[in-house]
Amino acid sequence: MEVDQLQRTFHDYHASLFNEGFLDEQFVQLQQLQDESNPGFVVEVVSLFFEDSERLLNDLSKALDQVNVDFRKIDAHVHQLKGSSSSIGAQRVRNACIAFRNFCDERNIEACLQCLQQVRQEYLLVKTKLEALLRLEQQIVAAGGASPM
Amino acid sequence: MTTKTGLLGDGGQIWMKLWDQISDCGCKIHHHYSRYIGSRKVRKNWSRKVLIAWIVFWIIAALWVFWYMSSQAVEKRKETLASMCDERARMLQDQFNVSMNHIQAMSVMISIFHHGKNPSAIDQRTFARYTEKTSFERPLTSGVAYAVRVLHTEREQFEIQQGWTIKRMDNVEQTPVHDDEYDPADLETSPVQEEYAPVIFAQDTVAHIISVDVLSGKEDRENVLRARESGKGVLTAPFRLLKTNRLGVILTFAVYKRDLSPNATPAERIQATAGYLGGIFDIESLVEKLLQQLASKQAILVNVYDTTDISHPISMYGSNDSFDGLHRVSPLNFGDPFRKHEMHCRFKQKPPWPWVAITTSVGILIISLLVGQIFHATVNRIAKVEDDYHEMMELKKRAEAADVAKSRFLATVSHEIRTPMNGVLGMLQMLMDTDLDETQQDYVRTARESGKALVSLINEVLDQAKIESGKLELEAVSFDLRAILDDVLSLFSGKSQDKKVELAVYVSNKVPATLVGDPGRFRQIVTNLVGNSIKFTDKGHIFVTVHLVEEVVEMEDPTSSLSGLPVVDRRRSWAGFRSFNQEASTSSSDQINIIVSVEDTGQGIPLEAQSRVFNPFMQVEPSITRTHGGTGIGLSISKCLVHLMKGEIGLASLPQIGSTFSFTAVFTNGCSNFGDQISQQVNDQSNSISSEFQGMRALLVDPRPARAKVSKYHIQRLGIHVEVVPDLSLGVSSLSPRNAPINMVFIEEEIWEKDLGMSVLLLNNLRKDCRVSIKTLLLSNSTSAIRSGFSSPDVPTPFVVMKPLRASMLAASLQRAMGVGSRVNYRNGEIHTSLSLSNLLHGRKILVVDDNPVNLRVAAGALKKYGADVAHADRGKDAISLLTPPHPFDACFMDIQMPEMDGFEATRRIRDIEASINKGIQGGEVCAEAYGNVSNWHVPILAMTADVIQATNEECSKCGMDGYVSKPFEAEQLYREVSRFFQTVSDEDQ
Repeated sequence: MEVDQLQRTFHDYHASLFNEGFLDEQFVQLQQLQDESNPGFVVEVVSLFFEDSERLLNDLSKALDQVNVDFRKIDAHVHQLKGSSSSIGAQRVRNACIAFRNFCDERNIEACLQCLQQVRQEYLLVKTKLEALLRLEQQIVAAGGASPM
Repeated sequence: MTTKTGLLGDGGQIWMKLWDQISDCGCKIHHHYSRYIGSRKVRKNWSRKVLIAWIVFWIIAALWVFWYMSSQAVEKRKETLASMCDERARMLQDQFNVSMNHIQAMSVMISIFHHGKNPSAIDQRTFARYTEKTSFERPLTSGVAYAVRVLHTEREQFEIQQGWTIKRMDNVEQTPVHDDEYDPADLETSPVQEEYAPVIFAQDTVAHIISVDVLSGKEDRENVLRARESGKGVLTAPFRLLKTNRLGVILTFAVYKRDLSPNATPAERIQATAGYLGGIFDIESLVEKLLQQLASKQAILVNVYDTTDISHPISMYGSNDSFDGLHRVSPLNFGDPFRKHEMHCRFKQKPPWPWVAITTSVGILIISLLVGQIFHATVNRIAKVEDDYHEMMELKKRAEAADVAKSRFLATVSHEIRTPMNGVLGMLQMLMDTDLDETQQDYVRTARESGKALVSLINEVLDQAKIESGKLELEAVSFDLRAILDDVLSLFSGKSQDKKVELAVYVSNKVPATLVGDPGRFRQIVTNLVGNSIKFTDKGHIFVTVHLVEEVVEMEDPTSSLSGLPVVDRRRSWAGFRSFNQEASTSSSDQINIIVSVEDTGQGIPLEAQSRVFNPFMQVEPSITRTHGGTGIGLSISKCLVHLMKGEIGLASLPQIGSTFSFTAVFTNGCSNFGDQISQQVNDQSNSISSEFQGMRALLVDPRPARAKVSKYHIQRLGIHVEVVPDLSLGVSSLSPRNAPINMVFIEEEIWEKDLGMSVLLLNNLRKDCRVSIKTLLLSNSTSAIRSGFSSPDVPTPFVVMKPLRASMLAASLQRAMGVGSRVNYRNGEIHTSLSLSNLLHGRKILVVDDNPVNLRVAAGALKKYGADVAHADRGKDAISLLTPPHPFDACFMDIQMPEMDGFEATRRIRDIEASINKGIQGGEVCAEAYGNVSNWHVPILAMTADVIQATNEECSKCGMDGYVSKPFEAEQLYREVSRFFQTVSDEDQ
């Protein structure tokens, strides 16, 4: 019973993440790539994403604090972040990155700083959501259920 | 007259000037226009200045013309006045002279008859009568009188003789009295003078002055004295006449006692003087009478003055109203040199308004203003047109930009739609793999088909957009044209079977096995055309033929069509192709000019619509869209693609008979080119299908040559030798043992059904002849129609080969029939993608290069799922070192955008390394064994990119990449790309 309950919660939560636009179809693809032979795939990729993104966000804040802002470097960082976020399907982060890159092209420091703020916010949001989702999954597995992914 | 011509001449000059001005202006306008074409503002100012100058000039000109013409009029008027005045003066003078002459004649008469005779022949009565009778001779004189010279010494005697005393005149004049009261008796007796000149004779009109001493009057005295001195007629100053009180003058002639020489001295004249004859001229009535005789009396006013004393001219005639207009003075000569007279003439009316001048000048002004207006309007118009032009240019630019934006938008949107659609399709595909019941399967299949249709539609739109934005580029890879046509046929096999339309393809033997070109685009064109034909054909056939261009030129008219129905002469569809006319000059040894015709027996295209079928979004008529669907974009894309392949497309169509679309395309011969390796692989593939049937013999029973040709072509592709017979009886005879053994018999379904008895006979014959197992195969059009006639139990059911025929299909059917056993799983004729992908990728060692750890992980995960052995690198440099031969990798997926070294650069370097090693091996410099005995290193490298549009094929192939896959991975695309490299190998593995 408890597992069923958890499964249902998981599915609802999963669906809500899609409805609210935090995640897109790419995340589903990711989930499909996970199978018996590769059980921790999603967790692995997601934590890689967290790691990578945090590094990139730190690099970005540092780069924007410089007296002479190196926009090329920033652009490369944002591109990386965009790539990884689209890979795991965090589309709101990705969209924020696209806007960020546009301002980067315009060399608009003010807007870039704002964008960084927004990207960070989106990232933190999706991070919380994903962590919650993964926690739910773990709970299901711990309760003896099959992984819903 | 002269003035008139002068005026005309002047007018002519003016117009000439005007014309010069206009043409000059025209030249200027043109000149300035071309000079200032760039700067509108300057031109506008300039044109305004010209306009103002123009108007001012013409106002001045008009004023001048007005002045000139009115002065001309005044001049003319003056001349008229002068001539009139002179005429009057002359007449007056003449009449006066006539009267004067008469009076002179009278003086002669008096001197003869009064003084010359004694006693005098004339007395007062005679004189009065005479003068009265002859007064018509002197119309101007109111009276004539004769005064005799009487010295003082003779006075008394004279007075006695006359019976009256000499009276004086002075006070008479001083107190003028009225006519009635005038009485000569009242006059005073003349005082004592040295001499007297009493009037003795007088006309009745002036009888009252008889006995008056004219010398006593001041005026008369002077007159008399001057007259006798000069011997000529002398005039007094004008004065009021005694009785009439009108202005008059008195003309006085002296009468001499004896004839005098003309140059007698005054003293002699005085001495000889006998008397004085005076005539009273009534000037006023004189002039009035004169004027009355002239017609234009009213026109002018005439004044006559005595101007002897210039400072005080005495008016003799005319009113005195001062009028300082035009006037004319004509001198009058009344024969008295002492007295001077003048006639002054004026016009009664004021000069009329010079209307001619006014209208002319106003006319000129109006014309010039109109011209100015035209000029102004023209300049404005030009400015406006130019503004419009600029606006149009702006709009054009915007429209073009909008067009580009539209294309970009289409591309983007299509791309954006494709991504989720791929998700949908992928999910549906996965859903189909799950356990579903029939209905669910059906639903899912339908959904999937719809999705695929949508994706293909989007692809078409995307293609159109790409073509419009000029981004479409063709690949140049080796491909097997026959295989592609087989693919297309299999795509439509379901539909053609449903509609019972025979679908067939025939490729001429002369077309090389491998060609180099863009197979995808070629397939697209053929698919479009066949798809179109299928849509509009409900019976008969659709026949795709491929020939070399050189071949069809000599080809004769086919005698029968595939299905026996009439078809359009396909040669008409390529009648307009240029390549046929100059084909001899263009074809080089390497270039393969092929012509593909798609012939159908459908409803055809109306003549009027044939010209626009190749326009985008244009169908024959709107209702077509409703009945058959489609965007109408396919033919337009096909046309563009054909053009890209340096070919032409055309059609011939007859309503209710069918249409034939033909196109040419230029490919290069694959066998003689660099693509050897790949073409070899392709050949291997087709060989692998056919090898097992190599050398077999088959009998084909088909009465229709066209269809037999197609079937023969397909069977021959499997390496089977084919013999064609037109009917079953011949077939039976040819099965006799003397002939070479036959492995199989193909029979057209049509024959089979028509002639069952013979069929059974044939089958029995076959059964009897047990030396070889002879298989019978029916060539059938549709699944449902076969079953009839197999009820008899002793007749073995023949194997049925479904049309459309194609090599792989035929091979599979044969395998089944001959019991060779199927190797490949065909499910509904389709290859199961993910399964195949697993087959393809299983055990492959693949290197994934991406700087983004997340992407790297995802890509690796995806590939691993299909059983690939994945290694990864996160930098271009690492990839290079890993891929330097010898290496164990079968393929590499490379991210394009990476820091330090991007995918293009890394690939380029890898290719360089490979090339140098290959060269080394071939040259024998390097031991091939050190490189794993591989003589030609070329690891397939596929680009991974998120942006399909941007990463063009060209860019990829330029740096040596073999293809690209879009990120994130998508099974079908991955399969498509990967299969290009792995198919052969997987076949070999199996």
